Amino acid sequence: MSASVAAGSAGALTVRNISKRFGGLVAVSEVSFSVAAGEIHALIGPNGAGKTTTFNMIAGAQLPDTGDVLLDGVSLAGLRPDQICRAGVGRTFQIVRPFNELTLVENVAVGALAWTDDLAEARDYARGVLELLGLGDKKEARPSSITLPDRKCLEVARALATKPKLLLLDEVMAGLRPTETDRMVAIFKKLNADTGLTILLIEHVMRAVMALSHRVLVLNYGRLIADGKPEEVTRDPEVLACYLGAEAFD
Amino acid sequence: MIARVIESASPRALALLAVVTAALLIAPYLVDSYVLSVLIIVLYFAYVGQAWNLMLGFAGQLSLGHALFVSLGAYTSAALFIKFGVPPVIGIFAAIAMAVVAGCLIGYLGFRFSIRGVYFALLTIAFAEFTGIIVDHISWLGASSGLFLPVKNQQSNDLLNLRGSPTMFYYVILALTGFAFALCSWLLNSKLGLYWQAIREDQEAAEASGVPLFRYKMIAVAISSGLTGIGGVWYAFYYNNLFPETMFKTSQSVEIILGSVVGGVGTLFGPILGAFVLTPLGEILTAATDGMHLDGVKSFFWGFCVAAIVLFRPQGLWPWIYDVLGLAPKKEGKR
Ligand SMILES: Nc1ncnc2c1ncn2[C@@H]1O[C@H](COP(=O)(O)OP(=O)(O)O)[C@@H](O)[C@H]1O
Ligand SMILES: [Mg+2]
Repeated sequence: MSASVAAGSAGALTVRNISKRFGGLVAVSEVSFSVAAGEIHALIGPNGAGKTTTFNMIAGAQLPDTGDVLLDGVSLAGLRPDQICRAGVGRTFQIVRPFNELTLVENVAVGALAWTDDLAEARDYARGVLELLGLGDKKEARPSSITLPDRKCLEVARALATKPKLLLLDEVMAGLRPTETDRMVAIFKKLNADTGLTILLIEHVMRAVMALSHRVLVLNYGRLIADGKPEEVTRDPEVLACYLGAEAFD
Repeated sequence: MIARVIESASPRALALLAVVTAALLIAPYLVDSYVLSVLIIVLYFAYVGQAWNLMLGFAGQLSLGHALFVSLGAYTSAALFIKFGVPPVIGIFAAIAMAVVAGCLIGYLGFRFSIRGVYFALLTIAFAEFTGIIVDHISWLGASSGLFLPVKNQQSNDLLNLRGSPTMFYYVILALTGFAFALCSWLLNSKLGLYWQAIREDQEAAEASGVPLFRYKMIAVAISSGLTGIGGVWYAFYYNNLFPETMFKTSQSVEIILGSVVGGVGTLFGPILGAFVLTPLGEILTAATDGMHLDGVKSFFWGFCVAAIVLFRPQGLWPWIYDVLGLAPKKEGKR
């Protein structure tokens, strides 16, 4: 298909000591981790742990109070969200934010215009990405007329269309049926294998986390409490105590 | 590009467009001078409405101060003509520059400091009213007693100096309306247009998708204010008198936007349709209440009609007519 994402291993993410405070609440506290180019990492943790805030700081939507973020060794400090997008970071929003009056093709074409000025080319590319994500037959529909899981796919499509080196996925599999989750997992696996796309995903669906991730990061009350292989992390007593509970691993 | 727009439109829409265009082209030979004068005002509001709609309807930035751009265009070209004998065909460039500079200044302040929505609209109002007060005190521009263009008995139409018959002014404003329509339709179906619409729909999501918000909003304000300034040049030479107390007023700005609101914000035909509905409606009400010494009655009924339209067709009249007439395109393209 035409929507092949830029090949080659790139998209290494380094997060150094970032913190974010909202008034008296420390949402993210001195968090450091890195994602090697071409790897898939999951960021998990209970609601309110600071996962989305961490994404916002990586994508430039919120300024960190301390620390910085590097993409392939280059600091993203001081860049606006659109510049960080063009530098190779694609992101989705946990609460979907489609362009409601635009068709799906147009929604996704907005993303593709990050690397081309040719609207026809952007539309063609958008169609390819929509096919890839199983929205091919809804290309001319508007976001209001598709289901929530489809709108989550649309978020992914728009982010993918920017040709990211690093893709940030914020709970895109929440609310999907297990078969849909498996299909989505397969898509990300294939993208990762074929193009070396680096992925950091926030996810509660453990089925997806276990199937996809090379490593798992666990946030709790804004602090990073674990960073390791999936099978290690899921045995970590602190992780189990704070968040997971045995039933999560059914 | 034009080919693409035509290709994406339905045959019915093209037929309608052709009929309306043809009717407008021969109108001066078919109607009396009163109807012609109404048509001239209709086209003026269609033109400036189109320019305003580009900012709110396309890019999502609400201006309630577009009277400023009309006035700057009008005063600049009129002053150059009266004081220095500069013909409007040259003065128009200075007029555009003045309007664009003012638009960019307002845009810069609003977008740089994240003044959004109604607060941005208030900023546009403030600039318009404030500039009006300044002009009101500049005696070189006639201050509050107004600026007048010399009106001579014209033997023939002088297009370069914009001196001539109502028919000439009709064709000039018709050409401008056609130009603005073509330009907007082209812009809407370009990268610029798609970026504007993304900003209008959700600016954070647009920014995350690589849209530089500030730059694209500034482009929208610059084009919108520049187009509106051109309308001001036409206005000055058609009416021949300019008074700060009316020119810069918010009521003028509201008159500019009302056609688009009634016709359909964000659509290409909305501003044109709205002008064709509202201006004649105002004329009919004036005629109906003529000699009744009931000053408020006209305004009341006019407001009533506008409210009714907005209430029953909140998307404006155009999307509704578009569906009723079955004008939907084969694919893509904007209505
Ligand atoms: N813009 C904000 N203003 C104030 N508090 C916020 C804001 N965004 C997030 N928070 C708070 O910060 C904490 C972390 O939120 P978030 O990063 O969304 O958590 P998660 O995505 O892990 O569920 C929560 O307590 C949330 O209420
Ligand atoms: Mg979250």
